[in-house]
Amino acid sequence: MTARSPHTAPFHLGIALDGAGWHPAAWREPDARPGELFDLAYWVDLVQIAEAAGIDLVTFEDAFGLQSAGFGGVDSRRDEVRGRLDALLLATAIAPHTTRIGLVPTVTTTHTEPFHVGTATATLDYVSEGWGGWRVQVSGRAHEAAHVGRRSFPALDPAAVVAGTDPAQTALIEQLFGEAADTVEVARRLWDSWEHDAVIRDVPTGRFLDRDKVHYIDFAGDTFTVKGPSITPRPPQGQPVVFALAHQKVPYELATASADIVGITPRDDAHLARILEQLADAAATVIRTASEPLRVWSEAVILIEDSPDQARAALARLDAAHGGTYTSDTVILADTAANVAAQLLAWHDAGLDGVRLRPARLPADLVRITTEVVPALAAAGVLDRPADADTLRARLGLGLPENRYAGTTPAHLDLIGSAR
Amino acid sequence: MTLTSDAPAPTSTERPLKQVHLAAHFPGVNNTTVWRDNSNAASQIAFSSFKHFAQNAERGKFDFLFLAEGLRLREHKGLIHDLDVVGRPNTLAVLAGIAAVTRHIGLVGTLSSTFNEPYELARQLASLDHLSGGRAGWNIVTTFDAFHGENFRRGAFLDGGDRYTRAEEFVAVARQLWDAWAADAVLADKATGEFLAEDAIGVVDHHGAQFDVTGFPTLPQSPQGRPVIVQAGDSADGRGFASRTAEVIFSRHSGFDDGQKFYTDVKGRLAAEGRHRDSLKILPAATFILGDTEAEARERSRETALLQVSPQTAIAFLEQVWGTDLGGYDPDGPLPEIDPVSTDQGVTRGRVRHDSDPAAIARGWRTLAEAEGLSIRDLVIRFAANHTFVGTPVQVAETINRHVQEDASDGFVIVGSSNPTGLDEFVDRVIPELQERGVYRTDYDQGATLRHTLGLPD
Repeated sequence: MTARSPHTAPFHLGIALDGAGWHPAAWREPDARPGELFDLAYWVDLVQIAEAAGIDLVTFEDAFGLQSAGFGGVDSRRDEVRGRLDALLLATAIAPHTTRIGLVPTVTTTHTEPFHVGTATATLDYVSEGWGGWRVQVSGRAHEAAHVGRRSFPALDPAAVVAGTDPAQTALIEQLFGEAADTVEVARRLWDSWEHDAVIRDVPTGRFLDRDKVHYIDFAGDTFTVKGPSITPRPPQGQPVVFALAHQKVPYELATASADIVGITPRDDAHLARILEQLADAAATVIRTASEPLRVWSEAVILIEDSPDQARAALARLDAAHGGTYTSDTVILADTAANVAAQLLAWHDAGLDGVRLRPARLPADLVRITTEVVPALAAAGVLDRPADADTLRARLGLGLPENRYAGTTPAHLDLIGSAR
Repeated sequence: MTLTSDAPAPTSTERPLKQVHLAAHFPGVNNTTVWRDNSNAASQIAFSSFKHFAQNAERGKFDFLFLAEGLRLREHKGLIHDLDVVGRPNTLAVLAGIAAVTRHIGLVGTLSSTFNEPYELARQLASLDHLSGGRAGWNIVTTFDAFHGENFRRGAFLDGGDRYTRAEEFVAVARQLWDAWAADAVLADKATGEFLAEDAIGVVDHHGAQFDVTGFPTLPQSPQGRPVIVQAGDSADGRGFASRTAEVIFSRHSGFDDGQKFYTDVKGRLAAEGRHRDSLKILPAATFILGDTEAEARERSRETALLQVSPQTAIAFLEQVWGTDLGGYDPDGPLPEIDPVSTDQGVTRGRVRHDSDPAAIARGWRTLAEAEGLSIRDLVIRFAANHTFVGTPVQVAETINRHVQEDASDGFVIVGSSNPTGLDEFVDRVIPELQERGVYRTDYDQGATLRHTLGLPD
């Protein structure tokens, strides 16, 4: 946890974008645009709304397979949004349309190539000119493993995973998150594998590159090895921002070791206190490889109307349209803008660094957040930002990271340990 | 090649003029991209360079822009090669960025069928096709060696003999994935509450020698349905694969006679595959140097060649054939007297190797150098900086047109010699000449997909 002064540290805001919003019936709302979910213009519009309001970053949900209502295989529902664009490519295509908002796509680590993940996230950082990030996610679903066909996983039981009561489930989770930690480590090494001044264009010697400033990463983990260096020079931020959503011990450890921001899902104050204890435990047991203290953000689904009754009614109406009560892994705040702002301020007072808001309906709740919640937080004085922030890291108060390889020679590289 | 301004386009009325198709190759990570010149100091990696390059090519109404790929930094004598421009973005990601700053031009990326998986890559290409409104293309490469494998999960898993088998199976699976959603799968009907139509998504269940892929893809059919398939293989296997699968061939055969021979061979294979002659476009790679006069163009060609082949580059190039350190030789002196050292893997890794016998190449080069009095650097310029089209804009346009009308090609992949402005002059000066001859579009068709722009069947 960051050593912080709760009442003066700025509070950061992220918006989690997914489909037509997080409520499964949101696509049927009057202002929803469900026929445009695969068009770039729809997403650019949403991100520009967030950017104009001074939101720090937007995330894009993704997975290694089609959405389904539960943790099992693909279902046959026809009444929910199905289909997604690749989040990394979507974020990169949005980047030329924005100038000062973080773009944080979800990229799965389980079946993807760590080398491609490293160059793709670096390229997002180039195209956005320093506003790139990465939401790390694992894929434990058996049907998603069948998309590649070289591994098979037992069916995941979310309850047993969270409770940690089933050794087989826990082992799978440890394996998936170990691989995720390795992938983050590979990406971080690849991002550092070119020193920022490796390109020299030295005409007298005919050298474009100073090869002593480009480094093999020589990563060897349990499931893969990567030689390096990257084909992509060091990205503008040096280290793009890594975000990890976490609900239990193993992912808390991944986030504590590797992420810049961890998203947590407190149901209430007592739950929040327990999560913070678990994060403190994780900090005592893992070696942190990211350059700055871990930032802790809360998560909430947001639905805003003019009165609490109207908000509850709107949620009930959505639930009725969907034929069931919407449940989430995190708290659902269906309320007024003032009450939502009050909850966020309470999290700020509790020492959290920010919040990732999941609009129940797009664009409706995004608009409510930007026009009503953000001004309330600004009035409370918690949204001060560095005036000269020209990268996402700077905006979040994360410093310029040192390059792990700067000043080293290849002989020293074996001293640099793995994340695990 | 020698150009003459009086090489006429055919005037026969037996068939209409063929239209020229052009692709713009982003300057390569090799010696042909000049960096030793302060006017060409733009970053090879900044997005502003890609944006300029793409928007210039779109101004010139090019069919598509083309990005090469190399999944590991090249090495020479066991060290990272440091003489050429080096460093490139992730191909798919930068194409997504370029999609946002262009409207019409095709976006073709080189992507490996070896170090990718069909489910993921098919999805990424479909995403790019959605994001670009139907402008995505995939140049399939089959690099398989252990050197590149060291950056990937499975390492050197693929036998060289299986690389086209894998590529062909890869494309077959990708096509199933691209076709799995019904054309009208997404209803998004707020009134009825049906987001998907009935039976909207078919399952893919493929089991073959290379892949086991079972499941549902995550995207509706993209504007093109399937991205355009580009291929550059030149071997018998490569040509066979292309005649079955490719819609564009990026060839090396930019010479006229050589081009005609290749064109006739590959086009001749199509009928047996049940394909129409026009369903495959053949575009050789070509470099160019322009001048107000032919003499000025030749002078500029020589100047550019000297920038492309530095003294150090000349020696490194020779070392690729000799297989040993030649650092003690004078680049302005004669070729080495010693014979090449035979090595298993060569001194240079991460680029296409010379397949032929090094001793024979060396003998040939020595004979040539002695006959014409060439220094090491002169000789290397002959091979590594041999510009395809050197002449006035009129000469270059007429030569391009002649190649197309007389079936030596359907157009060219044009490679500039600097980044990112290397094609600006081509667009300013050669494109209008082609347009004036009625063989090149003066604008894109509104809303055209890449396949439409290329004149390929849907």
